[in-house]
Amino acid sequence: MPNGLNLLFQFLDSFAFIVLAAAGLAIIFGIMGVINLAHGEFIMVGAYATTLANLEAGLPLPLAMLVGVLVTAMFGLVVERVVISGTVPNAIGRRVLGRDVVEPLYDRLADSMVATWGLSLVMVQGVRLTLGNSLDQIGTPLGKIAYGGFSYSSYRVLLAGVALGLLAATYLAFTRTDYGMRARATVQDDDTARALGVDTERTYMTTFALGSALAGFTGALYAPTITMVPGLGGSFLVEAFVAVVVGGPGVVLGTTLAGGLLGAINALFSNLVGTFFGRIALLVTAIVMLRFLPDGITGFLDRLRQRRQEGA
Amino acid sequence: MSGRPYGRREFLASSALVAGTALAGCGAQGSAGGDETLKIGILEDRSGNFALVGTPKHKASMLAVEEINEEGGIDGRKIETFAPDPQSDNQRYQELTRRAIQQENVDALWAGYSSATREAIRPIVDREDQLYFYTTQYEGGVCDSNVFAVGPTARQQLGMVLPYLVDEFGPRIYTIAADYNFGQLSADWVKVLAKENGAEVIGEEFIPLSNSQFGSTINRIQEADPDFVMSMLVGANHTSFYEQKASAGLQVPIGTSTAMAQGYEHLRLDPPAMANIYAGVNYMEEIPTERNTEDGGFVDRYYEKYPDAPYLNEEAETNYFSIYMYKRAVEQAGTTDQEEVKAALESGITYPAPEAPSDTEIALDPETHHVHHHMWAMRADEEHNVEAVDDRVIEEQFLSNTVGCDLTAEDEETQYTPQDYFEEAG
Repeated sequence: MPNGLNLLFQFLDSFAFIVLAAAGLAIIFGIMGVINLAHGEFIMVGAYATTLANLEAGLPLPLAMLVGVLVTAMFGLVVERVVISGTVPNAIGRRVLGRDVVEPLYDRLADSMVATWGLSLVMVQGVRLTLGNSLDQIGTPLGKIAYGGFSYSSYRVLLAGVALGLLAATYLAFTRTDYGMRARATVQDDDTARALGVDTERTYMTTFALGSALAGFTGALYAPTITMVPGLGGSFLVEAFVAVVVGGPGVVLGTTLAGGLLGAINALFSNLVGTFFGRIALLVTAIVMLRFLPDGITGFLDRLRQRRQEGA
Repeated sequence: MSGRPYGRREFLASSALVAGTALAGCGAQGSAGGDETLKIGILEDRSGNFALVGTPKHKASMLAVEEINEEGGIDGRKIETFAPDPQSDNQRYQELTRRAIQQENVDALWAGYSSATREAIRPIVDREDQLYFYTTQYEGGVCDSNVFAVGPTARQQLGMVLPYLVDEFGPRIYTIAADYNFGQLSADWVKVLAKENGAEVIGEEFIPLSNSQFGSTINRIQEADPDFVMSMLVGANHTSFYEQKASAGLQVPIGTSTAMAQGYEHLRLDPPAMANIYAGVNYMEEIPTERNTEDGGFVDRYYEKYPDAPYLNEEAETNYFSIYMYKRAVEQAGTTDQEEVKAALESGITYPAPEAPSDTEIALDPETHHVHHHMWAMRADEEHNVEAVDDRVIEEQFLSNTVGCDLTAEDEETQYTPQDYFEEAG
């Protein structure tokens, strides 16, 4: 019985970590066709801003987390304008040289990877130079849940609920708001969307800021549980990328199902065999999925649905 | 929401980039040494993965050099340094080591934080017979005529803290260690020391360096219910263990050779994450020796030169005293000729290092090129105040007693491991 509870808590913990690590990455990739290799560093910005707001500025933790989210969203906006869309360098270019100097990185997978990877190196080293090799760390709030000789951190269990809430909110944002409608139209066919009056550029910009805000939120939530070093984003990357690969093109459903599947596999193997095998199982799952479901879970579901429609 | 026409394969390919390679930068250009100066190479990480622990090594080395130069140098010769940043990159270490030896003609070399770095440059050092000081605490066992491994070994560090914890808390030990060379060998030493002290290892787990989530590990420790845990976790990801075990309410005492003394977790983490953690170390900033804490002592001098430095760590002290040991050896040899300096270092050099109490000096063992350290068991309390609970001199034992390494009699370039000599380490 206690071990059943262990397994349950480990699953919730793992599910939350995978979903929160992947959410921002999935949105930016799914809508904009941009692979953000600086995703981990956006998480770092959220975690650093939260920690500094809490320890240096003395804000209470929930408020500090809000600061973390806002700072990362603003930062994302700047990155989108300067690096991803190239609007800022082009404006300067037009003034100085009379022409554009860069093309936007939308839907240019390899190019966006190189650009954001460079950005991640600049960010890690920039933070190291300005804020040093580490920051003091916030303690984890909320205490523990104890049961028959075992205990688990309440905060980490709570994160599973937060992850579900975040998925629900994202779903509503994409299905019930004007922005969501424009974003979906842009994904399906951005030329047509533009012809029908959707400002696709603005949609891209909003999407990148939203994805950044989610990464910042993840950083804010995990700031009290992980070591504050400039390279902290790296510890989220494996889970984030594996989840997007396994989840497939559907952002919300894909992330949810991937988080559930991978969280269960990771928790089961970590619990029964050991941490090392938990991680191996995660990577083996990604390999198997790529071999048999190259479009991920949601890609597979799409195909099933299409086949049924054709059959009907 | 669906419809991007990309295969997941392309996406996964990007994961390969995540592992990434490091950018090459450019190093500082040193000038060639003349007769009136001597030159030492100091390759310590100030960026990349090991920047946190490498930066104090660099700073303390510069402090020693500055002090020696202010006192007139070594036999009247000022020390020049060749000290570019190797950026925690082993390939860069190899390039810079070659450059230090072949172009900069350094008289002695200090280089590297990790054992992987040491093993990456040791073949170059040995090919050139370069006098080389490796100053990090490490798994032990390097018997190499060119290498002076002057940091404490796993047997010295764990041998300081493990017997103390067995006496205090009981004989049932659970080991968690980083899953690579250093962690595996350290876990072997825990088994050897457990047997010597009438204790037993009731469970052990090796954690990949990339892992930062410890929920299942914490539950497994609770299930085993040991008297204490031995932790040889390494790196920023693993540091998360301490906050996570505290928030999960795991209160078992923990002995460690890696936490606190190197990365000052007791200052970075919010109390009580490090409460009841016992470090076996040769040095921490809090060591209560007169040389360390007095006005104008080691700590004072370090923070006078570097007012913004966050901590003065274990390896920094080792860099510092080994530069002074080198000074004594050169003065004794009367030359910087490397073979003669090595012979002088093998003549029983001692130094009043900050780790040693007043009126005592630590000694460099001629046969093994290791140091008989003055070791300390340091405990952090609920508020993360650190105090010494035990201390004594622990000699290097593995190479001298078990292996029989004698570099004064025979040139060797080997690393020995405990598996070859102890059944329980198998």
